[in-house]
Amino acid sequence: MAVRRFDIEAGGDSFEFAAETEDKISFWLGKYPEDRKRSAVIPLLWLAQKDNAGWLSEPAMREVAERLEMPYIRVYEVATFYTMFRLKPVGKHHVQLCGTTPCMLRGANDLKEVCKSKIGKPFQVNESGRLSWEEVECLGACVNGAMVQINDYYYEDLSTDSLAEILDKLENGVDVEPGNFVARERSAPEGDAITLIDSALYDGSVPTGISSLPNMPSEMPETSLKAAGKVTPAVKKAKSVKAEKVAAEKAVKAADEMPEESETQKRPEAAEAPSKGAADDLEAISGIGPVLAKKLNSLGIFYFSQIAGWGEAEMAWIDAYLSFKGRVAREGWIEQAKELAEKGKS
Amino acid sequence: MSDTFKLVVDGTEVEVPRNYTLLQACEEAGAEIPRFCFHERLSVAGNCRMCLVQWVGAPKPIASCAQTVGDMRMNPDGSPPNINTKGDYVEKARNGVMEFLLINHPLDCPICDQGGECDLQDQAVAYGRAGSRYELNKRAVEDKNMGPLVKTIMTRCIQCTRCVRFAAEVAGVEEIGMISRGEDAEITTYLEKSLTSELSGNVIDLCPVGALTSKPYAFNARPWELRKTESIDVMDGLGSAIRIDAKGAAVMRIMPRVNEEVNEEWLSDKSRFVWDGLSRQRLDKPYIRENGKLRAASWNEALGVVAEKLKGDASKIAAFAGDLACVEGMKASKDLLSSLGVTNLDSRLSGQSLGLTPSGEALPRESYILNPTLMGVEDADALLLIGANPRTEAAVWNARIRKAWLWNDLQIGVVGEPHDLTYDYMHISSDATGLKDLGAFGDVLKNAKRPMIVVGEGATVGEAGYATLKAAHELALECGAIVAGEEAWTGFGVLHNSASGVGALDVGFLPAEGGKSAAALFETKCSDIETVVLLGVDEIPMSQLGDSFVIYVGSHGDAGASRADVILPAAAYTEKAATYVNTEGRVQMTTPAVQPKGDAKEEWAIFRALSAMVGKTLPYDSAEALRSALSEAVPSFAGLNFAPGVAGAEALSAALPAAGGALTDDPIYSPVGDFYLTNPIARASSTMAECSLQKQTLEVSAAAE
Repeated sequence: MAVRRFDIEAGGDSFEFAAETEDKISFWLGKYPEDRKRSAVIPLLWLAQKDNAGWLSEPAMREVAERLEMPYIRVYEVATFYTMFRLKPVGKHHVQLCGTTPCMLRGANDLKEVCKSKIGKPFQVNESGRLSWEEVECLGACVNGAMVQINDYYYEDLSTDSLAEILDKLENGVDVEPGNFVARERSAPEGDAITLIDSALYDGSVPTGISSLPNMPSEMPETSLKAAGKVTPAVKKAKSVKAEKVAAEKAVKAADEMPEESETQKRPEAAEAPSKGAADDLEAISGIGPVLAKKLNSLGIFYFSQIAGWGEAEMAWIDAYLSFKGRVAREGWIEQAKELAEKGKS
Repeated sequence: MSDTFKLVVDGTEVEVPRNYTLLQACEEAGAEIPRFCFHERLSVAGNCRMCLVQWVGAPKPIASCAQTVGDMRMNPDGSPPNINTKGDYVEKARNGVMEFLLINHPLDCPICDQGGECDLQDQAVAYGRAGSRYELNKRAVEDKNMGPLVKTIMTRCIQCTRCVRFAAEVAGVEEIGMISRGEDAEITTYLEKSLTSELSGNVIDLCPVGALTSKPYAFNARPWELRKTESIDVMDGLGSAIRIDAKGAAVMRIMPRVNEEVNEEWLSDKSRFVWDGLSRQRLDKPYIRENGKLRAASWNEALGVVAEKLKGDASKIAAFAGDLACVEGMKASKDLLSSLGVTNLDSRLSGQSLGLTPSGEALPRESYILNPTLMGVEDADALLLIGANPRTEAAVWNARIRKAWLWNDLQIGVVGEPHDLTYDYMHISSDATGLKDLGAFGDVLKNAKRPMIVVGEGATVGEAGYATLKAAHELALECGAIVAGEEAWTGFGVLHNSASGVGALDVGFLPAEGGKSAAALFETKCSDIETVVLLGVDEIPMSQLGDSFVIYVGSHGDAGASRADVILPAAAYTEKAATYVNTEGRVQMTTPAVQPKGDAKEEWAIFRALSAMVGKTLPYDSAEALRSALSEAVPSFAGLNFAPGVAGAEALSAALPAAGGALTDDPIYSPVGDFYLTNPIARASSTMAECSLQKQTLEVSAAAE
């Protein structure tokens, strides 16, 4: 960074805000009490810079000081402190090239050479007055480095060729759309996705294989699971997910532990095992995966119509059997089964 | 919560007010804390880090200037926190800070004017390393223009921002700032414009390094070669405490001394930089005018001529005392002239109605001094300035008014010409008629617990001057500004703008019974007067003296001397032990720092010698004898360095004698036109001339915009 001083000559004698800027000025001034209006100094300097072809002239700074009733020196301090206020003229398209580590690793140094050859020294407006450039610190688009900001927009994933092309176009008065300069959707991987593309990941068919979680007690006591259901809603949700997973595993292991039948709990009637392929695909019911389907089969449940025929008592028994705590009702197995059964008939 | 806080500093337990900073608490405990950015009279910046101390238990060293004691917590066992200001830990921390400060500081002490009185130099010796580990190039900073008084060598700057804070807080002109950031940070004025403050010279004292130094003093002397004399300033009516640094026969510089009650530790630019005027345009021999030309003469010859003139008709002799006249000179001349029967004496050369009413009735001392005292403005909650511009008439006091306005919510009203006073005020009117109806400020004054009404000399000038003074006093009585007894408060006073003003009135250098005032004599161009004695009078249009024979007693060849027929050279204020009374009625004495120039003598000695020649020998042979005679005649001279303040409450409770005229709508002007050129010493100073020119240029360019 070099010593920053106003270009007094280029600044001329006067500056006026554009008529349409006045609304924005009142917007910013409106945010602060009258006796604290100097708080608006940075937004106003920014507006002044916009109205002055991208740089802040000395008369522009004075105008801001007068509007905010601030001593000149106080505004001068602010204007020289922040490097985004440019105190010398810039080109019509001012290139801010990010040179911070991630961009540097992606070739920012080469882009600097492009700027030097296409435009000239930093902070120097080129002959046509259309271009100027400077190196800046991180612009916060590291995932798309190397990148530049030209006036207000980001041009990302640049190579020496694409930057040279952009600069050539701008020099010749051709507008360039900002954005990515490689085949890539925002910050997604270049080309097509290369990870997480297995559709099985999304249908629940791949077992998680997670047997323990951080901070989980080695054995989850029944009582604590019940108690977990009564705590605050946010905790309840988190815990119940965990509990269900544990319960599903338990159910698989202890297949022959049948709950007792009572008035409220009745084992669903089993059907005869059909020949291969004749059974309905129970996995079509959302909530039933391959494991559960196998489990249900072992109970003699093969058809949608069977599930559709369950009453409260059967549902409770299944819930108890699978330690599901109302998942059958929650996921609407019966309604789903009815629908699927209807479909199968037609 | 109690108002005090206990802590243990280096093993000594101290109890300090909760609002103290840790630095102040450590000093209370007798520890010395090095500092650059911290200053008692400025806000805390905490950016030099030199004042690091160890707070036992804290993870890092603490910048003691920025740590409020009340915010600290006890040790876990409830005992007061332990602070170490010495020891390896602290030494190491300060050593590190010092190393960073010196990274970019040039090693140019041998050519630096601050050398020998530089905080950085002293502290580098105490805390710094022997060598540098920094191998890169040092930073260099361009020097800045800050006007004719402050010289800048900005590479030496350590960015303590004392000057920035002084300009913004004390001087009230936000003209200095720190621009850019990090390594490029620089102190500058806006686009290198000159400072426009009357107090700008104080940044030189504040600068802990040699970045801001005195331009006129540059490369003139080293502090250890200077003879330092503590004295009193006479450039305005405040009588600021100064230290005169002299080498050989020359005054090399003038610096402020701390006097909490008068100038705190500030000094106006005029008082500080006027010293080059002390060696220019000096009257070093008696002169006699012959055939229209002055020729040097011996004392005997000159005194002989004067004695001859004084033996003439006493009613045709007049004497006037100027702004720099000392009490001894006025006393001796008054005694001599009175013994000759001269009644036309006056010190109120602009026609002020002070000390005497226009009809010649004597006024009490309290009617012409600043009873609320200079310091009292900090206790006041409303201030009405009538025809006074403290910024130019009493620049240092103006900073104190600003301080009260800034921190105590002092509300200020002004009757008279509006000026930029560096604080907000209600302008009531430009003429004295505003005193009849103060408008909104009337309520402020009425509701104030300690209102203060200050009349400037400008308001008492002219035919309606006394009416204005009386109206102001009546207003003071009306709004409860004068309270005697336990809660005594004397909120009425006059702000003088010359060092001689109060002293002259105290001595009684006023028209005696049957005498005419200066205003009356000047109106007729002294047509009835044959001989005029001027005690350093240079500020009046000399044409007002008509064809009279003029005897000038003074130190500088200015307007008075060029009009004079006989010149008797006198010592300037740095060359004599003389008494001055400041605007508060505080009697103070100067101390001679150098010898009088050439054959110049102290005024009282001149008149003592003269008295023998006219056969009316004065009854004192030494200055001491004169002063004891004086304190016998005027008791207020008995005590030195003391402002009567509330002691005047009783005298002020009585109404002043009735005024002849009414308030007029003539605008009131401050008598100080050009701050930098108010007296012959300042007019002889090239530094002051430069400042004045600079100010005019600024005003012209401001008017053109």
